[in-house]
Amino acid sequence: MSTARTCLRVDGEPVALTVDARVTLLDALRDRLGGTGPKKGCDHGQCGACTVHVDGRPALSCLTLLAAADGTDVTTVHSLAADPCGARLQKAFVTHDASQCGFCTPGQLMSAVAALSRADLDAPASIREFMSGNICRCGAYPNIVAAIRSVRNSRDGQDGRDA
Amino acid sequence: MREFTFARAATVEDALDAPRGAVFLAGGTTVVDLMKLDVLRPRVVVDINALPLREITVDGTGLTVASGVRMGDLATHAEVVRAFPLVVEALLAGASQQIRNMASIGGNLLQRTRCGYFRDVCSACNRRAPGSGCAAIDGANRTHAVLGTSPSCVATHPSDLAVALTALDATVRVTGHGGEREVPLREFYRVPGDTPRIENVLGAGELIIAVHVPHPPAEARTTYVKVRDRASYEFALSSAAVVIEARDNVIAGARIAVGGVATVPWRLPAVEAALIGLPATPGGFGDVVARAADGASALTQNGYKIPLLEHTVLRAIEEVFAR
Repeated sequence: MSTARTCLRVDGEPVALTVDARVTLLDALRDRLGGTGPKKGCDHGQCGACTVHVDGRPALSCLTLLAAADGTDVTTVHSLAADPCGARLQKAFVTHDASQCGFCTPGQLMSAVAALSRADLDAPASIREFMSGNICRCGAYPNIVAAIRSVRNSRDGQDGRDA
Repeated sequence: MREFTFARAATVEDALDAPRGAVFLAGGTTVVDLMKLDVLRPRVVVDINALPLREITVDGTGLTVASGVRMGDLATHAEVVRAFPLVVEALLAGASQQIRNMASIGGNLLQRTRCGYFRDVCSACNRRAPGSGCAAIDGANRTHAVLGTSPSCVATHPSDLAVALTALDATVRVTGHGGEREVPLREFYRVPGDTPRIENVLGAGELIIAVHVPHPPAEARTTYVKVRDRASYEFALSSAAVVIEARDNVIAGARIAVGGVATVPWRLPAVEAALIGLPATPGGFGDVVARAADGASALTQNGYKIPLLEHTVLRAIEEVFAR
């Protein structure tokens, strides 16, 4: 078996793994590091359930070989609650009933956090376009968009008061 | 996934020293997917993400993009947005934001067909397994090509970006042990013919290091139209990239490439020639776009692509003048 050594940060913690070179970032996160938030849906980059942030940007952990993530900073859904924006978003997903079975939700949240960092994503159509790489088979899309918009609007309102 | 040896290349020279049969790994959105499907079975995977191939330059000669630049970074680069809107439109019409963050420009040009038989190792596919036949010709071929096909293969090329770059007369800079060379994108891809396994002119071990896009003429207007089964995150059934130059309200130059309908990004020289001299105003292009499907031949389920192609080109030309 051919192995590769990989050093990276996962949710702020330094991690070093020497594992089979075939292991994906998703499998490493779930099976070697025990964080089962990122989900394995299609495992082929078609559903977005495995979305994490790599160096601050959403990426598909199922199509990322762990060995190719050497030196990166990976953030998963497990870190969201400690982030003010992430926590508001999680709450908004609950308030707006933005999940049904919940399997896609960790990936939806990771893309949604990125959507909130984009100043140009305000109209529902542009949010839907940005979120199109996250499939929800239960069809919670309208509520997901509503949750994202509610955080954007409340945050923008708050920014207004601060200014 | 089959076992492989993983290696990290620090320099282009390192990468070129990869053993025969190695595959280069950039974003992984094609390579890892196809390795999981057992379609790709490399013995060695060479990670090229540390190579210094991340630069985007816009200058008097045009746009130069190093091959390791990510789709998303090119699509949001301020000077590219200003000077090469056609490139940006095509990039944003492709994949999802996550994949655009991962996928490299070199890898985008080299991505493999989405033909379901190519992706299924139990099916006949001359592109994947030469001599095994083509299951698509009598199979589920609704999404397959009508142009550039052969009795060996009818698979489409999936890239949106390559269609835009073909209309813009881009060139690909390739390096290998024999040195560097520039290949016009129009000559980069090979139609399947009898050898669908050979998809482009890259030699063994050669690496794309950059793509160069000359500036379109100052008077040129451009657009990219993509037609697909769902509004986002879907491959093209048909697409058209149009570059039209008008002077004194008359069409003086036209470059049109189409995607989703052909085995390689496909220029339409007959339509381009027929447009010259016509009024640069909306309407009256029906006869011209009837030439779009010159030489097309339909399979059992994709006959709709011939009128769809004509209407996609028509819509693109009309949109250029509506802007």
